[in-house]
Amino acid sequence: MSAGYHIVVCGGIVPDPLQTLEPVQGPAGWGLKNELMLPAILDPWAGHALFEAANLAKNVPGSKVWLVSMGPKAKLQQVMMTIAQKVPFELVVLDGPASGFADAHETGAALAEAIAAIPGLDTSKLLVFGGWQSASRGAGATMQVIGEKLGIFEQFQGVDKLEVLADGALRVLERVEGGSYQDSVVSGAPAVFGWATGELPEPPNNPQVGMQNMRLVMPALQKAKPVKLEKGPEYSGVQIPSQKRETRVVKDAPVDQIAKEIVDWLSA
Amino acid sequence: MSEIERQSMELDIVCVGFGPAMAGFLTTLTRGLADENGAPLLESAVMPGMPPQVICYERADDIGFGVSGVVSKARGIKESFPDFDPAQVPMCAPVAHETVAYLLDPHGASRRQELLGFADKALGFAGKYTSCCRDHAYELPYIPPFLCKEPGYVFSIGQFNQWAGSQVMGSGLAQIWPSMPVARVIMEEGKVVGVRLADQGVDKKGNPDACFMPGMDIRAALTVIGDGPVGPVGRNLDEILGLPEGNSQRDWALGMKMVVDLPEDCDLPEGYVLHTFGYPEPDIFGFMYVLPDRVASLGIFVPSWLDTPVRTGYRYLQHWMTHPYLWKHLKGGKMRSWGAKSLLESGRRGEPHLVGDGFARIGEGSGSTNVLTGSGVDEAWTTGVMLAEGVLKLMKKNQPFTKYNLERAYVKRRRESELEAEAKIAEKARDGFGKGFIQGLTGMALSGFTKGKLNMPGDHRDPNQRVPSIEEYYSGLLSAQEIEAIREECAAKGEPLHDALMDRVGWPSIEYDGQLLVSHQDALLMGGKVQAPGGYADHVVFADPNVCLKCRERICIDMCSGQAIAPDPEGGAPLFDREKCVHCGACVWNCSKPHPTEPGRTNVEFKAGAGGLHSVEN
Repeated sequence: MSAGYHIVVCGGIVPDPLQTLEPVQGPAGWGLKNELMLPAILDPWAGHALFEAANLAKNVPGSKVWLVSMGPKAKLQQVMMTIAQKVPFELVVLDGPASGFADAHETGAALAEAIAAIPGLDTSKLLVFGGWQSASRGAGATMQVIGEKLGIFEQFQGVDKLEVLADGALRVLERVEGGSYQDSVVSGAPAVFGWATGELPEPPNNPQVGMQNMRLVMPALQKAKPVKLEKGPEYSGVQIPSQKRETRVVKDAPVDQIAKEIVDWLSA
Repeated sequence: MSEIERQSMELDIVCVGFGPAMAGFLTTLTRGLADENGAPLLESAVMPGMPPQVICYERADDIGFGVSGVVSKARGIKESFPDFDPAQVPMCAPVAHETVAYLLDPHGASRRQELLGFADKALGFAGKYTSCCRDHAYELPYIPPFLCKEPGYVFSIGQFNQWAGSQVMGSGLAQIWPSMPVARVIMEEGKVVGVRLADQGVDKKGNPDACFMPGMDIRAALTVIGDGPVGPVGRNLDEILGLPEGNSQRDWALGMKMVVDLPEDCDLPEGYVLHTFGYPEPDIFGFMYVLPDRVASLGIFVPSWLDTPVRTGYRYLQHWMTHPYLWKHLKGGKMRSWGAKSLLESGRRGEPHLVGDGFARIGEGSGSTNVLTGSGVDEAWTTGVMLAEGVLKLMKKNQPFTKYNLERAYVKRRRESELEAEAKIAEKARDGFGKGFIQGLTGMALSGFTKGKLNMPGDHRDPNQRVPSIEEYYSGLLSAQEIEAIREECAAKGEPLHDALMDRVGWPSIEYDGQLLVSHQDALLMGGKVQAPGGYADHVVFADPNVCLKCRERICIDMCSGQAIAPDPEGGAPLFDREKCVHCGACVWNCSKPHPTEPGRTNVEFKAGAGGLHSVEN
């Protein structure tokens, strides 16, 4: 396909999963304790989608990648400093909440509106990429909502592989139960793909790519449209999963005893 | 092998390392690059029509990772931000109360000079009949003015750096790139013309592997180096140029710290500042700063003059925390994060060449830390501000960044500053510690009260010339045979020596509580959150492995903050595990063996590496 694709990747930011994420109820509803202090990263699921998008764009001449992201501006800027070194893209920013407690429908609607407003976007070439689920909210519904709002009904979730066939059709491998794949072929764009882990490693940092991206990232952050999500579910309670970690030093314990203790601990 | 073809990029100014110094530099520089309406005042030489292209490369995964908490008068910071509101920066509070306490040894395990032992007994006796000495500690009734930090702030440097960094990036006039280690400077005909980024996609030894991407050459008219005391670029430049005549970098300390959620019954007020000395070894200094929301930043400094060949910052930290004077506040607390960092305590005496053709040095690596007042963050910030003021002046006059011009624009400014005057007073303040703890304290008092006119002479040999053998150090406590047996037992288990030796000479075991007192490995997981992206070469390298084979002290293993250096069970040189390294750099200056070809350095080399600590709270 010579005309190329217009690939829009939807990628939110999440607190670094290495940090302790403790839910607390604030005046604006549920959130994470000290969330503004926590380092943020691009949602790993969306990260896979972005790397796959960049790879597809590289292999299909004439393609272009946009990253549409909703989150607090200052946090997005920090995340972009890392992400922008990886692959070329143009950033579209929505200055809004990135918490795992936001409603998927509201979030999807805001993202769809932002995608529809991208100047020069050709919907006949449009491929919408995103994370199948999210590190902050595993509902897996946001991508579906975005597709519905944009009127794209060819949707694939849990995608691990996307291949462009000789006739321009797209072959998709989706994860299904039992570790199997569903093998589908769609005639072409437009389509929505919620990525699982894909099959590409994280690209190395490339300062030249970063330099190119940043010239667009900074203006995008300055032009960020504020978004306020009002509706959404009411949480009656949120708890951090109980940690079973305990430190004990035992010297010279036989292997069998260690194994037994681990089994007992797991089944306790 | 022929030279690899590398990509190259041209900038106006390339910066290395984003710490307080670079934050000060970029804050001042970016303000001067645009007018009140944000219109550029200067034009890029490499990209005509654009503002000057300024990029800072930072090793860590994000700006503000892997540094430590601080109390500071923050004079320079307040000058840069006259309306500074601590509420804008997470974990920042004004200093409210300062205490200095001398800690007695409740276990009798630390090494104390005879006179100090006598003083301890006297204090212990007095404590029975008066309230001057409680919980095995004596609170000083008077804090010398040079140590006072009021009015100042307690804060997390990580949080402060993130805040300052976001202001800089928000200006759009400079870019800060994290997770991008810089390998070395590029020199041509004696002039620094830029830097080379570290190669990616290489194996542990640096050989090309899958996804090999040679580090780019970033060429710029000015290279600003602020990568700290163990930064590979600053050290690389020092290796090329040497230090100025008479200067040396022999005094170091390892700072190891935690950020802790204090227990609910702790009544220490926000802004409370405590400094301790006397325990776990007399010359290990401790600190605790109470931040907002019942969070405390606390830790110890293990100095290079502590001539024990077996020293572990982590275990010393736990003994310090469990001292009755501190434990009454900390029991029931919870670790939030943990980390370590080397401090260059040589101060002005360790100053490298501050400028040359095409480069300038700022921050702790430029010798700005003041060891008398125990401060370095604000001093580092101020060096950055001074350089930026000079650089702006040169750019506005369209003058090149020659050594001559940078001397006039930056070094002269620094020499005439209050920072320099205070650094001179502090220069010899800690010399006495080389002779002993009492001499050290006496020397500090002499320097502080006479404003540096009188000082205590000291012992200024390199650590690798000072450190006694394990047998010498434990003479009278353990026989050579006992030490050899412990050594063999530890070697068989692949464990470091320090725990076994400390246990044997009377240090009590640490009772883990699973949330504040945990094993060293658990601290790495729970508190340090170490990250090591793949595809980079090992950054800790033993210059001559044969020297390691014969080494009997192996302080690199015992002192390693992350247990990243371990004995080789097969008897070879120590093994290095990049996945655990917190990049504190303690191995570089603790090694007891000189470099095979450069005796002023040790047998450990610390090169460019990515990752390290992964927490902004430090």
